[in-house]
Amino acid sequence: MSMAIRIAGALFRSSLVLTGVAFVTLIVLLPLATVFDEAFRKGTDYFLEAIAEPDAVASIRLTLIVAAIAVPLNVIFGVAAAWAIAKFEFRGKGLLIALIDLPFSVSPVVAGLIYVLLYGAHGWFGPELQEMGIKVIFTVTGIVLATIFVTFPFVARELIPLMQEQGTQEEEAAITLGASGWRTFFSVTLPNIKWGLLYGVLLCNARAMGEFGAVSVVSGHIRGLTNTMPLHVEILYNDYDIAGAFAVASLLAGLALVTLIAKFALEWRYGDELAAARRR
Amino acid sequence: MTALTLGRARPRRHTVLPGFGLTMGFTLFYLSLVVLVPLIALIVRPWELGWDGFVKAISEPQVWASLKLSFATALIAAAINAVFGLLLAWVLVRYRFPGRRLLDAAVDLPFALPTAVAGIALATLYSPRLGWLGEPLREWFGVTIAFNPAGIVIALIFIGLPFVVRSVQPVLEDLERDQEEAAATLGAKSHQTFFRVIMPGLLPAWFTGFALAFARAVGEYGSVIFIAGNKPMVSEIAPLKIIQKLEAYDYAGASAIGVTMLGASFVILLTINLAQRWVARQ
Repeated sequence: MSMAIRIAGALFRSSLVLTGVAFVTLIVLLPLATVFDEAFRKGTDYFLEAIAEPDAVASIRLTLIVAAIAVPLNVIFGVAAAWAIAKFEFRGKGLLIALIDLPFSVSPVVAGLIYVLLYGAHGWFGPELQEMGIKVIFTVTGIVLATIFVTFPFVARELIPLMQEQGTQEEEAAITLGASGWRTFFSVTLPNIKWGLLYGVLLCNARAMGEFGAVSVVSGHIRGLTNTMPLHVEILYNDYDIAGAFAVASLLAGLALVTLIAKFALEWRYGDELAAARRR
Repeated sequence: MTALTLGRARPRRHTVLPGFGLTMGFTLFYLSLVVLVPLIALIVRPWELGWDGFVKAISEPQVWASLKLSFATALIAAAINAVFGLLLAWVLVRYRFPGRRLLDAAVDLPFALPTAVAGIALATLYSPRLGWLGEPLREWFGVTIAFNPAGIVIALIFIGLPFVVRSVQPVLEDLERDQEEAAATLGAKSHQTFFRVIMPGLLPAWFTGFALAFARAVGEYGSVIFIAGNKPMVSEIAPLKIIQKLEAYDYAGASAIGVTMLGASFVILLTINLAQRWVARQ
């Protein structure tokens, strides 16, 4: 009797595990395998040609440039916001945090749309800017703006709970002992938050390099000029150059895998010093 | 208005730490520039059409169909994720088996993989010709997933999966095993323990995961657009209609769709939030 119950329990547990594994395989792992399989379908030479082709190289360069501008700006914002929110008490803090989180709940296409409404040919500031010879939409500037919007909360969101937990005692001690504000930040606060900051930067960067919807709205898809890697993937795919599309896509998938590995390494090694790992 | 009230904020508790004015000032400036002013532009724009014009823009048959499709597919995908996400969180927390860490890591992939990459991969995988899964599904069962609303649901399941798992997982880890053991000692059968002891503790986190997966799915574009087929009235999602309106320089019409999406998501999320509080009080 008890033997039968134990066997039934083991069967039940294994069927749950198998269902979970099958679901993740169908939904997540097979698509990932498809990316690499299709990328090398026409052989390594075709793969190398596809990623060395001038338009592809231009898209890789643009993606790196956009991330190199958007990520540092959001890092400066994230640190400033976390300092104000975590180290001081003031009214409206909950509202401020909610506003910082807002870009996460906005559709990427709407994120692109709002900048067209401001800077497009029929936008609020578009005509004036055009008279001054400044173009935002269909240029790199627009792509950078849209990328900043969609990656806006990542660093702040990681640092705020972390710095709230750490409190203000160490900084207050440093200030009382005569250190300047900047000195206190760089030699007391920054060492305490460095792993959390790196974690936020990783996620922010992955999203910045991979963003598609928002960037697609403001880019204008000018080959070699305003195509980021995800947009280049789209163009190749729609031109039926499937192997070429997947070759460039596999670079982005590689970036995603590296990001995940680094994320897990950080969580495993510095879990105590990360806010996100504790929330999990 | 918000920025004004926040701008007048002063630290309430006395502290020797410097930098409140500088960091708060920069935070509000950057937040306004990047998020608030552009969103105000979105909310104001459609009203140049007037109320009637707004309603007309939204009730245009193709636009209305796209809104219904986006919300319906997002709800179906979030419901499927709620079931399988709960199962995955349970399996990852409670059982030990080979490959558990890999399974745990795989759940995060949809967060990290760019949506366009996921989009072309899913479209290829589920394509009725040549796709690893699409071809057998068509040959054996006569089912076509890609280039149909079913394909949209698959893509939305992909991007929503981590939200449910990562919401439920930590709560399940913290849930007191004592309570379950006590229930078992008192003679409760395991399904009774599950439904009477574990589920009530999990419900709020489960609702949150569902709401997050739903909110993300409503506005999703990159992973959907390649597998959707984009047939008018059948498989055109609302974000695609926004792009089409923009290409026709119909800014007000595009904003009307955007505002409707934001408003409807807000109402649905508020409802879920209220339901969650109601459940928590029970």
